[in-house]
Amino acid sequence: MSDKVLMKGNEAIAEAAIAAGCVYFFGYPITPQTEVAEYMARRLPKVGGLCLQAESEVAAINMLMGASAAGTRAMTSSSSPGISLKSEGISYIAGCDLPCLIVNVQRGGPGLGGIQPSQQDYYQATRGVGHGDLRLIVLAPSSVQEMASLTAEAFDLADTYRMPAMLLADGALGQMMEPVDFSAFPKRDLPPKDWATNGTKGARKKNIVNSLFIEPDKLEQSILTRYERYKKVEAEEVRYEEVMTEDADIVLVAFGITARIAKSAIAEARKAGVKAGLLRPITLWPFPKKRLCELADTAKAFVSVEMSMGQMVDDVRLAVNGKRPVSFFGRTGGMIPSVEEVTAEILNVSASL
Amino acid sequence: MTTRFIFAGSGGQGIQFSGKQMAKTGMHVGLNVTFLPSYGPEMRGGTSNCTVVISDGEIGSPSVSSPDILVAMNLPSFDKFEPKVAPGGILFCDSTLVNKKSERDDIRAVYVPATGLASDNGLTGFANVILLGVILKVTGIFEFKDFEDYLLSNIPASKTALIEKNKAALELGYAYPVE
Amino acid sequence: MKTVFDRPAALTDVPLHYCPGCTHGIVHRLVAETIDELGILGSAVGIAPVGCSVFAYNYFECDMIEAAHGRAPAVATGVKRTHPDAVVFTYQGDGDLAAIGTAETVHAATRGENITVIFINNCIYGMTGGQMAPTTIPGQVTTTSPYGRKRNVQGSPIRVCEMLSTLDGVALAARVTVDCPKNILQAKKMIKKAFQNQIDKKGFSIVEVLSTCPTNWGLAPLDALQWLRDNMIPYYPLGVYKDGEAIRDEE
Repeated sequence: MSDKVLMKGNEAIAEAAIAAGCVYFFGYPITPQTEVAEYMARRLPKVGGLCLQAESEVAAINMLMGASAAGTRAMTSSSSPGISLKSEGISYIAGCDLPCLIVNVQRGGPGLGGIQPSQQDYYQATRGVGHGDLRLIVLAPSSVQEMASLTAEAFDLADTYRMPAMLLADGALGQMMEPVDFSAFPKRDLPPKDWATNGTKGARKKNIVNSLFIEPDKLEQSILTRYERYKKVEAEEVRYEEVMTEDADIVLVAFGITARIAKSAIAEARKAGVKAGLLRPITLWPFPKKRLCELADTAKAFVSVEMSMGQMVDDVRLAVNGKRPVSFFGRTGGMIPSVEEVTAEILNVSASL
Repeated sequence: MTTRFIFAGSGGQGIQFSGKQMAKTGMHVGLNVTFLPSYGPEMRGGTSNCTVVISDGEIGSPSVSSPDILVAMNLPSFDKFEPKVAPGGILFCDSTLVNKKSERDDIRAVYVPATGLASDNGLTGFANVILLGVILKVTGIFEFKDFEDYLLSNIPASKTALIEKNKAALELGYAYPVE
Repeated sequence: MKTVFDRPAALTDVPLHYCPGCTHGIVHRLVAETIDELGILGSAVGIAPVGCSVFAYNYFECDMIEAAHGRAPAVATGVKRTHPDAVVFTYQGDGDLAAIGTAETVHAATRGENITVIFINNCIYGMTGGQMAPTTIPGQVTTTSPYGRKRNVQGSPIRVCEMLSTLDGVALAARVTVDCPKNILQAKKMIKKAFQNQIDKKGFSIVEVLSTCPTNWGLAPLDALQWLRDNMIPYYPLGVYKDGEAIRDEE
């Protein structure tokens, strides 16, 4: 008997958040992430917290901003179209240097798109969410266990660097069930939230949470200061998993649910005599570009495998920087690539070398 | 060893329940498992299916294009998934509701009139559990006792009738004379 | 020497940026006096809007958050729900509260959020230079209604207090103005009540203050006050539209 529980990915996010001390949730229903809000609505009142269903995604992200500004660990969750609506608030949160967790359980787009899993929001998460110079820490789980562990970790990362973190999942991870162990999440020493606007109590000077700097030199300075922190994140928080890359001629790059398919495919390719490996970015920002660049010294080709028309492939190309050919393989619109088609692609690329 | 299941049928037949029981038992005996339901409008009546992968190794894809084991509890599910069963795989079919036979010679087909058996034995609504009993017998994937224990442990002790019916249906399936 | 008049402790020693004749300064002072009198400076958290009062975060001596355009009630909700003991207020103009932030306003009100909303209605977008507001009155000329607001083109203005007073979550909805000492005293009374309601956990309280915008109305300050009396008050009658307590379920 194990201590694990069989749980949906969406529910694992919620339970992990509560375990990580997040007892405030602001959200709006949208498939395929609604179970996060439902789970929170059931559990939070019993642990002295609150799940508030907002009138809109826009309101939800701003409620989150208020909670975070007041120094409270809090989160919201949505799926692709909802994240577009939240992007205004995310920009303000980033501009105010507030920590929080935003979950995107991606579905197919653009527009209303579909409700099946996708990875079409890679660009949005890693460079296009909201206006202005800003970054989110973007974590990409590839199992229900990681839905839990990376949720817990995202809060600590956000608090450490005073910036929003995003858990970028997809409908398959949100809906699927796998065993999860909640017992061992590492904890960090976190800086005090001495910037919080929760009332001075007459004991300190007033705090202001603000993203407005009307003088351009001051705005530039605030951005430069923020980017110093971003640099630190890039230096210290890159995370990835490598599978059979040591001798690989062809290195697949894939994240989330797609990485699992890629993992099966490289095993199949090896049975067919092709030395394939996998690099799975766990942090999409910061992206493991240094490691990919190193791998370009030994590997002969890279294939980015995604559930989109090819977005992360740009980052792979930037990292490989022309040293080796980089190609893309994917399905989009909610289709999940099969192990067979990814294997066939590996063999194709191998034959073309 | 990895076994990939697709359970498919109509909403209300207990398709998701069957898949979850398979996955839960796998987890409890220490194997890796994934359970991937169909979701969206399909939740509200109509067709229902789920994919379960059970393995003693790491599970790659939780989605399965060609299952080792297909459980088809209505005709549309049979039509959709029967051609996809992996060679050497097994098709379990509720022959009360599916009036078709597989013409493939590279898979094994097991026909059980589960819905009929259920209603004949006062077990209406438990055809899915009867099929689970048959699957256990034919595949030997889990010990009968393990499966039964986990199945019954998920039902509140106060619901004795439900426990009895699950038990009876599972035993009925397990004892069903498969050709 | 006895001090008979001073800056309220809740106001910072920073010169206001408002135009000559603008009534924002009066309302800031009334809010600050209220904070002083209720002794809530240490627990107050203010939410500044986007609009002329965007820099309000510099003027109040309490903790302040600068919200996105229209989102102050949602931000206030996040603060208040996680810190029920904080006294949370928003300070918003008509474009912020009644156009881009209508949903946030109405839903914070209907939820009975226990917050205080100070709403400055001057019938115009001041900060961006005199465009039509949701409260611009029929016939009023602005840079985006250069032929006067026409109901069949731009629609009719919103009467916020009347609309919100129909909602169960609202404890107080009052419209005041600050055109003369008598009305300033009444405005102060309502603002104080709106904060006291929050302390007493009565629910959503909004005070709409009819204000002038001499710059964008193109009028001298005194003429602007007269324009307010002649044109705004008839369309937006002063008064208390709701005074009670939000309807809530037993805990």
